[in-house]
Amino acid sequence: MDLAFSPQETAFRDEVRKFIAENYPAHLRGKQDEGEELGREDMLAWHQILATKGWAAPGWPKEYGGPGWTATERYIFSEESARAETIPPLPFGVNMVGPVIYTFGTPEQKAQHLPGILSGHVWWCQGYSEPGAGSDLASLRTRAERVTEDGKDYYIVNGQKTWTTLAQHADWGFFLVRTDPTVKPQEGISFLLIDMKTPGITVKPIITLGGEHEVNEVWLDNVKVPVENRVYEENKGWTCAKFLLAHERTGIAGVARSKRGIERLKEIAAAQPDGNGQPLLSNPFFRRKVAELETDLTALEFTELRTLAGEAAGKGPGPESSLLKVKGTEIQQRLTELVLEAAGNYAAPYFRGFPEGSNAYPIGPEFAHRAAPTYFNMRKTSIYGGSNEIQRNIIAKMVLGL
Amino acid sequence: MDFNFSETQVMLRDTLSRYLADTYDFDKRAAMLRRDGGRDPGVWKALATELGILGAALPEAYGGFGGGPIDSMVLMEEFGRAIAVEPYVATVVQGAGALVETGGAVAEALVPGIIAGEVILGAGFYEPQGRYNPADVATTAKADGAGWVLNGHKAVVVAAPYATHLLVSARTGGGQREADGVSLFLVEAGQKGVVRRDYPCVDGYMASEIYFENAAIGAEALLGAEGGALPLIGKLLDHAAMAQCAEATGAMKKLHELTLDYAKQRKQFGKAIGDFQVIQHRLVDMFMEAEQATSMTLMGTLRLDDAERPKWVSQAKAKINKGARALGQWAVQTHGGIGITQELPAGHYFKRLSIIETQFGDFDWHMGRLEAGL
Repeated sequence: MDLAFSPQETAFRDEVRKFIAENYPAHLRGKQDEGEELGREDMLAWHQILATKGWAAPGWPKEYGGPGWTATERYIFSEESARAETIPPLPFGVNMVGPVIYTFGTPEQKAQHLPGILSGHVWWCQGYSEPGAGSDLASLRTRAERVTEDGKDYYIVNGQKTWTTLAQHADWGFFLVRTDPTVKPQEGISFLLIDMKTPGITVKPIITLGGEHEVNEVWLDNVKVPVENRVYEENKGWTCAKFLLAHERTGIAGVARSKRGIERLKEIAAAQPDGNGQPLLSNPFFRRKVAELETDLTALEFTELRTLAGEAAGKGPGPESSLLKVKGTEIQQRLTELVLEAAGNYAAPYFRGFPEGSNAYPIGPEFAHRAAPTYFNMRKTSIYGGSNEIQRNIIAKMVLGL
Repeated sequence: MDFNFSETQVMLRDTLSRYLADTYDFDKRAAMLRRDGGRDPGVWKALATELGILGAALPEAYGGFGGGPIDSMVLMEEFGRAIAVEPYVATVVQGAGALVETGGAVAEALVPGIIAGEVILGAGFYEPQGRYNPADVATTAKADGAGWVLNGHKAVVVAAPYATHLLVSARTGGGQREADGVSLFLVEAGQKGVVRRDYPCVDGYMASEIYFENAAIGAEALLGAEGGALPLIGKLLDHAAMAQCAEATGAMKKLHELTLDYAKQRKQFGKAIGDFQVIQHRLVDMFMEAEQATSMTLMGTLRLDDAERPKWVSQAKAKINKGARALGQWAVQTHGGIGITQELPAGHYFKRLSIIETQFGDFDWHMGRLEAGL
């Protein structure tokens, strides 16, 4: 057992660091620094650059276009990406549907979809939750009925999905639909890939507490989907769904990003006055909270490293990933609480981007402008990807045998 | 010992509660916040004229009912239940509070106007570098002939965008964080040399940054003794903190009710989510926080004249800040995705409770004051 990087690993770290420094687009950096809203092309830009280097999908097997990294190399890559605050590739393609397609898909599906996911030119969204099916995902009611037209087989899909993140930009979506309503809920679900331009699809925005348009309702009205777009067997979609959720949970821990977040928090607190001539970071109450959060993050980091080592030894992500999801999201949320606390009276003002008017009359420190909206927004993390209550149920059942 | 409200207080509560139920429901509130200026000025006017309640806590000598902080508590709890964005704390608790305390011709001229809804105040006791320390005053007032010239910057002055007057602290002597040398001034909002940057707040209130740039004001603008205002400012902030505790209590109770209703209606796994023990315990925890908030609001308000006022107020505000955060987060979590949208009231209560935590001293500031007094 050894924690130190080998010379090769250190060289790899330097290579990653150098690649990011030399290739990260300056205009993205500028927009991020100024808190500007990012458009579709902005969110894809870094993914597309990583793809040219073969680094867009660190977790994928080499045969499907992954870089063939070891667990340690993946860890180093994610650390360096977080350190440089790059915009990570969107999870829907690379972390979610991609692994489902290369694990369960047909050769045609792999050939059609994996290149676009890797290159970052096709935007995917996730059609899982429904208004009546949240934590109880298997109760989903979006119906897919099989028909034959001109000798070709289709599903006609009707229903409503919700909380569909960034569906307003999506080219394709992966959907859980009910293909057999007569059997146990989990046994009548299929996994469909749907072109979002298909007639009958309507995407409606849902505005969240910070004023963001991040999530949507997706309405499906007689949407005609070729049967070849079904991944894996009919009525076996739940297998894909569970596989995907476990994959989603690993990435969700966000260790490296939280590390960078804590660094930011310290920078903020070191610059923020405490009303006694000293910075907030010298306030013993505040210091204690930062130290405690760092401790929790170290515990999470080493738990994640153990999981990664297990994966490297050939074990897929199992129910342990629920632990990473619960603790990872608690830490992400705690971070936003402390930034909000640091803002003090300036937690209240609300405006997006730069306020209008002269900067001779600033409205509080810049970090504070996003403190409350980010705190509100990050409440989602203990709700999405399987709520933290559901994660605890998974651990209770699958790990503890309760 | 008597924890019963007087008949007047019961009437006040019922009157305001009925009025807010009609005028401040979820959709109407949202429509108000979308208006130019971020509010409906008619509501404040109606509170003064139709309901006649703005003088409830103020002395009879100025045309009030002769009540006190308990009357404000009753009203603030109702404002909290409706997450109303009315300027009661700044105008009545702090503004009228300061004027009644310092008396004189200015008070005689303005307090009746406050009761009539014509005079609205914003109170600026905090500065960007000062966090929650009211003694950290860098704004200066220099004697100039018979009057004063103000220079400086006041942070997040709630209600300032539509206030007729601003109540602010400024240094007439002493070093930046010294207790001595802080004076209290009442400035007309349209005064030359007052630069305002107005903005909405995440909880729906309107506020401003106030910049004084050689604002020349008359001698009568000084309220109370020159250089000796910090004790009064401390008192006004404690009164404001308690009024806000009452607001938080109302918001917490209502948010608990909303979450309880949701847990009974929302079905997953074939039953109401309120049937799951983990949800039941969370709703019980929320209930216990709301009950303790009620207790602490009452305790702190009843002890506003106690010799140990800062201790009781800090206990109340610290306890409620912590409870408000927990209850707000649990409410969102229990609602699930819909809890983080603008579509249901729950999220809006969560936002207001989150900001209350950051106003008039956060948890750490109040614990610091308590520890210093041990």
